[in-house]
Amino acid sequence: MSEQTLNLTLKIWRQETPSAKGYFEEFKVAISPDASILEVLDILNNDLEKEGKRPVAFESDCREGICGTCGIVINGHPHGPIPKQATCQLHMRNFQDGETIYLEPFRAKAFPIIKDLIIDRSAFDKIQQAGAFISFNAGSAPDANEIPIPKEVASLALDAAECIGCGACVATCKNSSAMLFVGAKVSQFALLPQGQPERYQRVQEMVAVMDEAGFGSCTNTYACEAECPKGISVTNIARMNRDYLVSKMTTKS
Amino acid sequence: MIKLESKVPEGNLAEKWTNHKFSMKLVNPSNKRKFEIIIVGSGLAGASAAATLGELGYKVKVFTYHDSSRRAHSIAAQGGINAAKNYQNDGDSVHRLFYDTIKGGDFRGREANTWRLAEVSNNIIDQCVAQGVPFAREYGGTLANRSFGGAQVSRTFYARGETGQQLLLGAYSSLNRQVKLGNVTLFPRREMLDLVVVDGQAKGIITRNLLSGEMERHMGQAVILASGGYSNVFFLSTNAMNSNSTAAWRAHKRGAAFANPCYTQIHPTCLPAHGDYQSKLVLMSESLRNDGRIWVSKKAGDMRAAKDIPEEERDYYLERKYPAFGNLVPRDVASRNAKYVCDEGRGVKGTRAVYLDFADAFKRVGKNAIQEKYGNLFDMYQNITGKNPYEVPMRIYPAPHYTMGGLWVDYHLMSNIPGLFVLGEANFSDHGANRLGASALMQGLADGYFIIPYTLGNYLTTEKPEKVDTDRSEFKEAEENVKESVNKILAVNGNEPVDEIHKRLGHVLIDKVGMSRSAKGLNEAIETIRGLRDEFWSNVKITGKADELNQNLERAGRVADFLELGELMAVDALNRNESCGGHFREEYQTEEGEALRDDENYSYVAAWEYKKAGEWELNKEPLQFEYVKLSTRSYK
Ligand SMILES: Cc1cc2nc3c(=O)[nH]c(=O)nc-3n(C[C@H](O)[C@H](O)[C@H](O)COP(=O)(O)OP(=O)(O)OC[C@H]3O[C@@H](n4cnc5c(N)ncnc54)[C@H](O)[C@@H]3O)c2cc1C
Repeated sequence: MSEQTLNLTLKIWRQETPSAKGYFEEFKVAISPDASILEVLDILNNDLEKEGKRPVAFESDCREGICGTCGIVINGHPHGPIPKQATCQLHMRNFQDGETIYLEPFRAKAFPIIKDLIIDRSAFDKIQQAGAFISFNAGSAPDANEIPIPKEVASLALDAAECIGCGACVATCKNSSAMLFVGAKVSQFALLPQGQPERYQRVQEMVAVMDEAGFGSCTNTYACEAECPKGISVTNIARMNRDYLVSKMTTKS
Repeated sequence: MIKLESKVPEGNLAEKWTNHKFSMKLVNPSNKRKFEIIIVGSGLAGASAAATLGELGYKVKVFTYHDSSRRAHSIAAQGGINAAKNYQNDGDSVHRLFYDTIKGGDFRGREANTWRLAEVSNNIIDQCVAQGVPFAREYGGTLANRSFGGAQVSRTFYARGETGQQLLLGAYSSLNRQVKLGNVTLFPRREMLDLVVVDGQAKGIITRNLLSGEMERHMGQAVILASGGYSNVFFLSTNAMNSNSTAAWRAHKRGAAFANPCYTQIHPTCLPAHGDYQSKLVLMSESLRNDGRIWVSKKAGDMRAAKDIPEEERDYYLERKYPAFGNLVPRDVASRNAKYVCDEGRGVKGTRAVYLDFADAFKRVGKNAIQEKYGNLFDMYQNITGKNPYEVPMRIYPAPHYTMGGLWVDYHLMSNIPGLFVLGEANFSDHGANRLGASALMQGLADGYFIIPYTLGNYLTTEKPEKVDTDRSEFKEAEENVKESVNKILAVNGNEPVDEIHKRLGHVLIDKVGMSRSAKGLNEAIETIRGLRDEFWSNVKITGKADELNQNLERAGRVADFLELGELMAVDALNRNESCGGHFREEYQTEEGEALRDDENYSYVAAWEYKKAGEWELNKEPLQFEYVKLSTRSYK
């Protein structure tokens, strides 16, 4: 693996509490190009801890791009400049020696900042709780092969279901819209036979909570798809819009 | 001495669970809502339990240290989930899945539990499909399967390399439905730091609110731990960064026996370590062994690139040594053999890595077919290493991955503390000394969807645990205990960051309590770990305060527990004078270097009872095998 070292300047958003005023603090680091950006923060924090200084608060868990916990705006891009990657997957070989890197939290009205780079994404859970499920009780399911599902349909449903719930779509949208996040879940169930009975009720309930939570509207700029670490397609938004329209025509409320 | 009653029901193995379900007592539907149940963890085990208990009408409270229940470590599982559906018509059955699992575990699991796991496996797949889990399908629309190590049938269901994500999001959706219906209340960003036992029964927990640092008391008429495994004791492992043993360990210190702590699984197909700043090791799903061939050079210190090593100078050592299973031998066998060839200096360019080569598969089925199956894993490899695995073979090396050991539970999944149940990776029960691939997801969901709903009801009706007030002295004492330990950590104010101590613990463990162990090494490990523990309590440096969001403090509490658990792992490994599954003692091997069990003396579960720091008492649960004949595990 690579022997060379990158000397970088980090400008990191510091904010002690949700109501405190934030600011950028500058740090110099020397790091292997094989390290990930979160490992850079680990090293920095280790050094800060040694000096008795307050480490940078940031969240991560799986470090494999699937849990959706991490999420930093890096040089203006949620999850950094490389497409289809979560923050934890960004390796330093993508930067040049001497570069300055800005690290900020995902920003949106519906995602208040908790501390430094940590945000509150509980609004996402609330949307899911509104209707992102199929109602049946454990033990009552028919044999799994009873309803054949065409391979392409299962594959499309999985494309949508891959959403990791990180919020990059919201952070990148100038309106802070959550339509990609919600559209992905609505689509997964709308595509599958199991999702049909509650299809139209589901979309209405999820959209209602989304609107309440303070997310903005979609104006079709597609920045969300471009920044999504999973490459979730905006066709999911179209599918949701169509279902929403149908639901308004076919159900009460 | 603890009384270890396995409570395995009488009768024919295949009928035990069915009969037992009938004989267990039920809770009247209208009474269920009178019971408050605590669940710690929202991974596959915790989320499935919470959803199902909610459906039944219990009042459920779910705690997780994550910001959302969807982020539990289960989300990262890649390869798949087993079930005995026999959709491939290739000879699978409940019996075969049971046998493969008990054999894969090197005959150190509890027979009746393992059978039950195989028995309910099929319901899990039905359940998940009904939830809308988009499993891989064949062109005809039926479910697709792949094979995993330790099996000669294709029984693994999968969703690309994201099976855990899809299963967890399925459980999360059922959980969310119960939240909406008001049966489940979620408590995210809470860390359980103590168990409250009242009159011998588990009755609550103390949690720290991770945002404010506030200590909270919660009452439950039963407490279910589904807090995951302890591989992160090694510092570097494939587990998520925050996975830890604290919930289980604090329960252990309140009297719950810890079983078989030395049974840890080192997974053969992970990315090799590359620098001391490294924060975790990344798993490449074992499913890759379906199509990839593992090899090294026949020569030690061969510095040639892979492409320059001709076919006849390559050693496909698994295919050579184990022709019947080839690259699909169980994990412990694959890992140990990787270690041996690297010890011989035959690792890739002299490093600790072996090749996982897809060249033949590309020729056989084409790159597209391989991409279809493993595309995201190949992308992940390239992203992390900067190398293109479609052009050069992958480099892999074993890494700590899963812990078969855990809190001791009986057939009802209840620990020796009445009312404390343990599900998923946190318990010890079904995998013996080695877990086969794709069976942890199966176990977590079996425990949560199909077992705990019955056994919990039985406990509640037979023991009738009363509600208690959180003002009671037991809650107060537990809260004081937690506050004291937090303050003690903050008061040390030494010089060493917590990760540095943790890394040193990891080094000792991987070196001496890892893939290969000896009495000498284990004794040394115990000494070193004790020293590290003293060092922690005299020299750790924690910044910040107790009453704020303080990640440094969170990690320190977990590492303090790892420093105790690490010692117990070594103590257990030293006690077990045999080799079995993932526990390989150098003194006990066959002439061919395979694990040598001692069924006469060690066919038992070692359940350790906590006395004080560094002191335990051994309790034994004898393993009785009525239906399988103990044999030497052979994959040749
Ligand atoms: C990279 C990887 C890939 C894997 N792939 C597969 C696979 O393909 N097939 C397979 O069968 N298995 C696989 N496994 C194993 C499998 O994923 C795990 O064994 C399983 O998911 C564990 O589930 P669980 O519900 O027991 O625990 P987890 O999913 O680990 O959940 C633990 C939960 O407990 C909570 N918790 C823990 N402690 C506390 C506390 N003190 N206070 C509050 N909350 C707490 C956490 O927040 C979390 O919600 C894989 C494992 C890894 C690491």
